Amino acid sequence: MPTTQKSLLKRTVDLLKGKEETPPMIKLTDVHKSFGKKVVLNGVNLEVQRGESVVIIGGSGTGKSVTLKCILGLLKPEKGSIIVDGTEVSDASAKVHEQINSKIGMLFQGAALFDSMSVWENVAFGLMQGKKMSRKEAYHIAIEKLAQVGLGEDVAHLDPADLSGGMKKRVGLARAIASSPDIIFFDEPTTGLDPIMSDIINELIVSCVKKLGATALTITHDMASARKIADKIAMLYDGKIIWVGTVKEIEKTKNPYVRQFIAGSANGPIQMAVKADE
Amino acid sequence: MEFITLVGRVFVHFFEAAGRLGIFTSKTIYHCFTPPFYFKQILSQIIQIGFFSLPVVALTTLFAGMVIALQTYTGFARFSAEGAVSMVVLVAVTRELAPVMAGLMVAGRIGAAMAAEIGTMRVTEQIDALSTLSTNPFKYLIAPRVIAGILMLPVLVLIGDIIGIYGGYLIGVYKLDFNATSYLVNTWDFMKPMDIISGLVKASVFGFIITLLGCYNGFNSKGGAQGVGAATTNAVVSASILILIFNYILTELFFNT
Ligand SMILES: Nc1ncnc2c1ncn2[C@@H]1O[C@H](COP(=O)(O)OP(=O)(O)OP(=O)(O)O)[C@@H](O)[C@H]1O
Ligand SMILES: [Mg+2]
Repeated sequence: MPTTQKSLLKRTVDLLKGKEETPPMIKLTDVHKSFGKKVVLNGVNLEVQRGESVVIIGGSGTGKSVTLKCILGLLKPEKGSIIVDGTEVSDASAKVHEQINSKIGMLFQGAALFDSMSVWENVAFGLMQGKKMSRKEAYHIAIEKLAQVGLGEDVAHLDPADLSGGMKKRVGLARAIASSPDIIFFDEPTTGLDPIMSDIINELIVSCVKKLGATALTITHDMASARKIADKIAMLYDGKIIWVGTVKEIEKTKNPYVRQFIAGSANGPIQMAVKADE
Repeated sequence: MEFITLVGRVFVHFFEAAGRLGIFTSKTIYHCFTPPFYFKQILSQIIQIGFFSLPVVALTTLFAGMVIALQTYTGFARFSAEGAVSMVVLVAVTRELAPVMAGLMVAGRIGAAMAAEIGTMRVTEQIDALSTLSTNPFKYLIAPRVIAGILMLPVLVLIGDIIGIYGGYLIGVYKLDFNATSYLVNTWDFMKPMDIISGLVKASVFGFIITLLGCYNGFNSKGGAQGVGAATTNAVVSASILILIFNYILTELFFNT
């Protein structure tokens, strides 16, 4: 596939040049987003280099999904800059977003499959609509992508409503990677999957990044998955990225918030609002 | 003092809602006329609106025509003007009853279904997913529905005209003992193009109102099943009210200048 070779070549060139020289694929600077009075993002700064796999961790409801939606232009931040592949998107028009989003594949937290279409049509949707591929050609790619997430051709003709939660997630994953995008967002790719399937998905994500040269930004609560797929882990807490580091660094960090999170302990500086008088 | 703030708040909300609907409407119109056009989506909506609404429209206009014939007869008999039944049926059905009946029925059937479908797509993030797959939701979801509504409502109303007049004919001939041939000749002689055309123009406007409000309410629905339910109700109620208001305005424009 020529696109694969091209991105591989680009990545090699990038590596030879040294990564510092190439601008980051995604750069968030001081991004603010509130819903009414509720402040969700309060100055998020994050950089994702080309061909890098970054994992965002953080408590439930801290705004991880909101961050991805801001990058995709589905939500508009009140303040701050978001640059994707050299283009400022935080206040861009629908046309610009459409163009940028054609480089991005997104797995939604709830899969968000189109329930008016069969499974394979879901996977092939971007190929047929965006890339104007013929139905037959798109079908073959859809079947191939479904196989990569462990789903057979028999599943391809079912309706999304007839799938289990984990199967929906995997179809969503197949749809996100179907058009071999340069940038892939995974919102909790392994939630709801059994441990073996989780690992298969982890490997699939790794191969997307390593073999295809894609840039990946993944949200997960699953530390095993984070360790496997991340070049870099960022922790979102209280509307800000409070810590960024590699997998090795996260094991040794003294940051009490990160330590509490990876230990999964109820005691520590992070107080979840579980008391009625909060 | 509290009363004044309340009134103020209601006004602000009203203008905010009107503004949002205005922006949505202009966006919709823009996307109806600019490529890409999703012909498959348009076709499937044409079938949904045109074909599957035929039975309800046919039934309601049939009975509307019948009841008008009956009422006109009982009313006009007092002035010995029974002969006017066929003309009254013609005017009432083509100008008012067929477009309004079809509009209200389609609002209940199609407006509700559109709001529910698009609302569900909104709350399950399918609309967000569309835009990440480089497909503009306005072009893919909304424009085809609105185009199909504008095109198909006149077709439904034309069929409703024929069936409604036929309903009047049935009552006139089989219950009120009019002569079949002279009833038809009377109807035909009295028919003016404007009667039919005004009804069809109304139908187009109603088709636009129904599909626009169905899409608007669905597109802006919030929350889960409850939000979708509210969107569905709003779509039907607001479309029905607007249909009656615009019906009056259009009648005023067509026949009173
Ligand atoms: N469209 C919206 N309108 C209002 N509030 C919203 C909206 N989307 C998200 N929020 C709020 O923003 C906050 C962050 O939501 P988000 O979905 O990003 O959480 P998250 O970090 O992805 O959590 P989880 O791990 O549970 O998925 C939540 O408190 C949520 O209530
Ligand atoms: Mg989330």
